[in-house]
Amino acid sequence: MGSLPFFLPFAELEVGQHLYWQIGNLRIHGQVFMTSWLLIGALLTLVVVGTKKMERDPQGVQNLLEFLWDYIRDLARTQIGEKVYRDWMPFIGTLFLFIFVSNWGGALVPWRLIELPSGELGAPTADINTTVALALLVSLSYFYAGLSNKGLRYFEYYVHPTPIMLPFKIVEDFTKPLSLSFRLFGNILADELVVAVLVFLVPLILPVPVMFLGLFTSAIQALIFATLAAYYIGEAVEEHH
Amino acid sequence: MTSLLLFGAAEGGLFDFDATLPLMAVQVVLLTFILNALFFKPVGRVVEERENYVTSSRAEAKKKLAEVEQLESDLKNQLKEARQAAQKVINDAEEDSEKLYREALALATSEANASREEARKEIDSQRDSALTQLKSDADKLGELIVERLLAAK
Repeated sequence: MGSLPFFLPFAELEVGQHLYWQIGNLRIHGQVFMTSWLLIGALLTLVVVGTKKMERDPQGVQNLLEFLWDYIRDLARTQIGEKVYRDWMPFIGTLFLFIFVSNWGGALVPWRLIELPSGELGAPTADINTTVALALLVSLSYFYAGLSNKGLRYFEYYVHPTPIMLPFKIVEDFTKPLSLSFRLFGNILADELVVAVLVFLVPLILPVPVMFLGLFTSAIQALIFATLAAYYIGEAVEEHH
Repeated sequence: MTSLLLFGAAEGGLFDFDATLPLMAVQVVLLTFILNALFFKPVGRVVEERENYVTSSRAEAKKKLAEVEQLESDLKNQLKEARQAAQKVINDAEEDSEKLYREALALATSEANASREEARKEIDSQRDSALTQLKSDADKLGELIVERLLAAK
């Protein structure tokens, strides 16, 4: 980084550096998995604690979990439709919860206190691999949803109002995962960079409102990703008449 | 320079795709199944049980409310009938007492009239007898006065 004069003040941000783990002849980004395991662990702990003793009159964590469940059900039901939303609710909910805890975990936990030999810990969603993996899962899901619900009639969707739509719909299949992954990646990375740069330049007070904005953006991005995923699945299973 | 940084020609970079991608995908799919078993199914069961409970309780409450309304209207009808019956009894009794009163009044009036008539007749006869008595007395007295006057002469 020292050889890049423009980025010299930002050298401590370590943008684009990773902690590589070698598994056989595969290389993975260790810092992404470390944070994602910690955050998934926290999420699962919350879920296990909240569902341990569930009652008809909810108490404590059960309230929070039921609120989340209700929120996710509403999201899935409005986007996918009454008929099949139950099948896809766990997937949509997992996307929402995973992205949400990743984004907020990246913004709230002071990862920087932990020194790594290379790269730094942060939101797993600030790594393009994670967001592309999520977006490709969404693509597979809506193809699977369409094919399993309507069989080969799913492909009527490509020529739906008129056959002129065919090329656009085909292009859409590529732009959907692209836009999904890049929107999430870009927002979260940009937020981390802005906070890091501000902390570097003005360490006191000034970064705080930007951090709050970052929390807001993080929540919104999780919601957008989950809503769009549900919308794509809903679009694939929708019956045309 | 920026592109060199971003794409990190040899090592690292922002767009450094490697085995992280498929492993993360597998991890998220696993997480989906785990969360489905630990979170979505149990919470869904509890929430839906509660929704069913609320729905059935509401239906039951509605049924009971309808029953109560039915009972209330029945009771109102009964009350109305009872009021009407009571009113009728009161009216009958009033009519009866009115009739009795009139009869008693008429009887008393006629009795009073009769006894007054009788008394008048008696008074008349007594007056007549008294008058005749008085007349004869006066006659006797006159004769006596006349005798005395004649005797004195």
